[in-house]
Amino acid sequence: MTLMTKFLGAAAAAALMTGAASAEPALIYDLGGKYDKSFNEAAFNGAERWAQETGGKYLEIEMQSEAQREQALRQFAEAGANPIITTGFQMSSPLAEVAPDYPDTKFVTIDGWVEQPNVHVIGFTEHEGSYLVGMMAGMKSESGTVGFIGGMDVPLIRKFACGYAQGVKAANPDAKIIANMTGTTPAAWNDPVKGSELTKAQISQGADVVYAAAGGTGVGVLQAAADEGILSIGVDSNQNHLHPGKVLTSMLKRVDVAVYEMMMAGENLEPGIQILGLAEEGVGVAMDENNASLVTDEMTAAVDDAKAKIIAGEIKVHDYTTDDSCPALTF
Amino acid sequence: MTDTPAIELKGISKAFGPVQANKDISIRVMPGTIHGIIGENGAGKSTLMSILYGFYRADRGEIFISGKKTEIPDSQAAIRAGIGMVFQHFKLVENFTVLENVILGAEEGRLLRPSLAKARKTLRQMAEEYELNVDPDALIEDLSVGHQQRVEILKALYRQADILILDEPTGVLTPAEADHLFRILDNLRSEGKTIILITHKLREIMEITDTVSVMRRGEMTATVKTAETSPEELAELMVGRKVLLRVDKKPAIPGETVLSVEDLRVTDDDGVERVKGIGFEIRRGEILGIAGVAGNGQSELMQVLGGILSGTGRVRMLGEEIALSGARSDGRSRRRKSIAHVPEDRQREGLIMEYTAWENTIFGYHDDPKWRRGPLMNNAAIVEEAEGKMQRFDVRPPNPRLAARNFSGGNQQKIVLAREIEQNPDLLLVGQPTRGVDIGAIEFIHQEIVRLRDQGAAILLVSVELDEIMSLSDRIAVMFDGRIMGFRDPAQTDERELGLLMAGIEGEPGEADWKAVDRQLEQKTAEVAAEKGH
Amino acid sequence: MDRMPAWADVVLIPLISLLLAAILSALVILAIGENPVEAFALMWNGTVMKSSGWGYMLYYATNFIFTGLAVSVAFHARLFNIGGEGQATLGGLGVALACLYIPWPHWSLAIIGSCIGAAAFGAAWAFLPAILQAKRGSHIVITTIMFNFIAAALLNYLLVGVMKPVGSMDTATAKFPEPTHLPTFRDMFSTAETIMFRGAPANVTFFVALLACLAVWLLLWRTRLGYEIRAQGFSESGARYAGISPTWIIVVTMLISGGLAGMMAVNTTQGEAERLILNMTEGAGFIGIAVALMGRNHPFGVLLAALLFGFLYQGGAVLALWTSIPRELIVVIQALVILFTGALDNMVRIPLERVFMAMRKREA
Repeated sequence: MTLMTKFLGAAAAAALMTGAASAEPALIYDLGGKYDKSFNEAAFNGAERWAQETGGKYLEIEMQSEAQREQALRQFAEAGANPIITTGFQMSSPLAEVAPDYPDTKFVTIDGWVEQPNVHVIGFTEHEGSYLVGMMAGMKSESGTVGFIGGMDVPLIRKFACGYAQGVKAANPDAKIIANMTGTTPAAWNDPVKGSELTKAQISQGADVVYAAAGGTGVGVLQAAADEGILSIGVDSNQNHLHPGKVLTSMLKRVDVAVYEMMMAGENLEPGIQILGLAEEGVGVAMDENNASLVTDEMTAAVDDAKAKIIAGEIKVHDYTTDDSCPALTF
Repeated sequence: MTDTPAIELKGISKAFGPVQANKDISIRVMPGTIHGIIGENGAGKSTLMSILYGFYRADRGEIFISGKKTEIPDSQAAIRAGIGMVFQHFKLVENFTVLENVILGAEEGRLLRPSLAKARKTLRQMAEEYELNVDPDALIEDLSVGHQQRVEILKALYRQADILILDEPTGVLTPAEADHLFRILDNLRSEGKTIILITHKLREIMEITDTVSVMRRGEMTATVKTAETSPEELAELMVGRKVLLRVDKKPAIPGETVLSVEDLRVTDDDGVERVKGIGFEIRRGEILGIAGVAGNGQSELMQVLGGILSGTGRVRMLGEEIALSGARSDGRSRRRKSIAHVPEDRQREGLIMEYTAWENTIFGYHDDPKWRRGPLMNNAAIVEEAEGKMQRFDVRPPNPRLAARNFSGGNQQKIVLAREIEQNPDLLLVGQPTRGVDIGAIEFIHQEIVRLRDQGAAILLVSVELDEIMSLSDRIAVMFDGRIMGFRDPAQTDERELGLLMAGIEGEPGEADWKAVDRQLEQKTAEVAAEKGH
Repeated sequence: MDRMPAWADVVLIPLISLLLAAILSALVILAIGENPVEAFALMWNGTVMKSSGWGYMLYYATNFIFTGLAVSVAFHARLFNIGGEGQATLGGLGVALACLYIPWPHWSLAIIGSCIGAAAFGAAWAFLPAILQAKRGSHIVITTIMFNFIAAALLNYLLVGVMKPVGSMDTATAKFPEPTHLPTFRDMFSTAETIMFRGAPANVTFFVALLACLAVWLLLWRTRLGYEIRAQGFSESGARYAGISPTWIIVVTMLISGGLAGMMAVNTTQGEAERLILNMTEGAGFIGIAVALMGRNHPFGVLLAALLFGFLYQGGAVLALWTSIPRELIVVIQALVILFTGALDNMVRIPLERVFMAMRKREA
């Protein structure tokens, strides 16, 4: 018993010592780490924007192992952080486990799915955004062959690929789509060399537009495409500026906006389910001066038209993850 | 001759931790003499010579070279002081020529060519002067062991050594080669060189040295004039008790045939045939000794019979044919046929050096149900067994929990012998039973082998020590180049005849002039080398 | 003649190595402007001073015990099994199959089934490299590394398609059924009034790991097979002389090694995640090499080294939570410990041997 009281005493002391001020928001990055040039970095940028605008402070941690997920959630919850924002679908399961133990804490999962009264779910309709860039690729391609390069082979990336393929087919039913995944381990998110190799391989098969949904690997894809004189499509944030005039467009996924808004809402966050799609500007295509010369009026019109129809429900873009299959592409 | 000794050591002491390797040792060696140092393994001979050659520094004591006090902190200093050393294991670059090896480390100037030319001239001179003839352009790897040793001597002389130390120089030589070496040493002595010969062979001491020092347990027990002593006296000084130098054995009473071998062939991994169709029989109560220079197929013969290598031919054990290849030809199957094997290389094969003595006492027999207790091994029983064996074979220290590597060579060999002999095998294969073993232990080991013979076992003995073959065997077979050159009765042959056979020469024994033998030997070894090299 | 007493080899060298690693780590922390003393206090308080800290530490240690034992067993036969990752991955598959497709009535039966499944699949994954080494001489280091990649790809294929519940984003199997859930330390040690090991993933598998230590010790030093494995490891020529088949020893040792590595999955997959997830090995297969090195390939040493690495992992997590020491530097600190305790062993050993020799000389 004495041992146990010692433990408890120590735990209390530790809690006091850490003594985080209450109601600081916390951000938990997924295994990719906060500088992944993609998803997690977007979350980080959103948090930084919030911190700069409000002068507030936030807690953060980068996951190192699977077992840490639950630990980080509990530690932050016990330290009084609120809300606790998590990125990545892999947080779903630990979150479902932890959330009921801290009913007063608000949790946010981006890309995950947890049904709990104190968990706010944010999802993006990446397939719709990808559909639009797919249409642009289909229209722009002269060879009739376009490429897709994913990061790690996970359902989320297949969702990107499937939406893209549908868009390409919508613009050019005869188009050929070559899809490759960089790898099967998390290293695939950060392998620009492999990305560049895959791009060259796709070019040799006739591709003249490639879409990279591959985190840091995409940097290599965009570089190789620019070097070889074909067009590429960026992902997550606006990557048009990386190679002006050589990046056709970027599929935007505004994780930064989502994080920023969650932090702004703070403790008063109303948990629910929020799907950020084309209408909400959660996803979209990047149009700016860097790609203005590449995009024809015809393309702009087609994209705007499709976007309106998707929002109106007239065009249904199939979501791979609903049934693990894709009408336009086989994996 | 002057009165100043070429080398004088005064009160040299050296300790390694608690072990006193050299205790207050003093020697005087006069120039132009051969001084023998004899002693058992671990007596401190090598330590003393290492101090003289600058590998170790003495804790106490002084070294005088030609009357001058000299510090020898490293081997370079030793060379400068005119000391040359020929090691037991040669330090030659295998794929360099003789000439290149001789000048290695003693090149003059940046260009190699003038050094080479000068060395060639010196070498020719020395070859004439000392009978040290070696082809200067031959690669070391193509030379026989005897010739490689000559290169080592040439290296030392080329560095103007006046004092030459040889560590166990005849261990690897044929009798003919050893004889030639002694003639070289004799020539060097007459040219005024001083030679220190380290050996454990009493015969060599008696044959060539002028004076001899005996070492025991780090101390110099005596220094005597060779002419005034006898092998028996030296042996006693070395061991500290009376030693029987001859093997005391009754004539053999051969019984039924235990092992019969027909057309046995062994091919090694490189596709070279090592054993080229040999045949023999061994009967109960008989020791068949295989004589030969190392590397003529004896090792492979032992290994194929012991189940380590595979071969072809027909081998029957007590009338039953045994497999020479496949799963049934391993050591375990051999042991089931009552074949015990004391391998030539006890450190690589006969023992696991990291294992304790008790673990080693069942090595190879470890699957015997009597060491089992349920799914586990009955360690207590094995330790008890080991204690008994160590006592009966006088293994020192008699501590079964000590790792094998902590025993001396002789005691390691006794552990192996105890294990194999106490199985009471029908056939004992025993290779180099006394290699690296002290005189005292040699006597014991020989007695044990003879005792097993007298109990009715058949024994196949392989040894490069001709003395051992001569004194232990009831019959002798000589192997050369994978073939048996002939069988001899030890009572009716001598070293010279066997030496000829070992060199692959079938001639008229007794008439052969040693120089002719040597020439033929060189020719033969060159042939073998060429065949190997092809 | 041993150069220094055994206790110095076993206790002093690891301690000094650790101390050196700690000093260097402190310098690293200092260099980025954090306080090393505070950092260490945080690590200490977050692990040893809290039952939940222990819960995490023992959870990580359980993984490292299994993979450390796997490397150790192979090493005794002088085989360098780098394939712990792959074997553990396949072990995970074995656990998942056992838990998902067999209706277990109770966890106590389920854990037996999953242990067998994990060991069998891990062993099977080690079998091919073993047979290639034994029969063809393909170097086991190369083949086991390659098999790690193949295992990762295989698991990825299964979890992105075949075994993933339709419609799930998560690259994981469905959650295992309730009866297979293993009791955690919290379930086992909490009383009505006090909750112990709150939220920590340590579970009953830890005791399986302790049993595995004992079993490996018995195997290596008390059985005929262990005798033959060690003999083969010390001297292949000696083993051949004794009639020990190298093929048999290589294969059976690798099967045991692979099985042990595979059993790690029981802890992560059944004990913690309660479903098979993609990243379930978390590099423990590689950490196992360091654990075995530091534990001197002895099961007891492996246990201690695994606890140390468990401490480092949990301590690292605490640092990541409450300081701004970046994740990469935490890895650097962990790597320093591995470097000092494993690779730079001689750096400490040789000077220490000199010290002991000198001391002995003075006494003599």
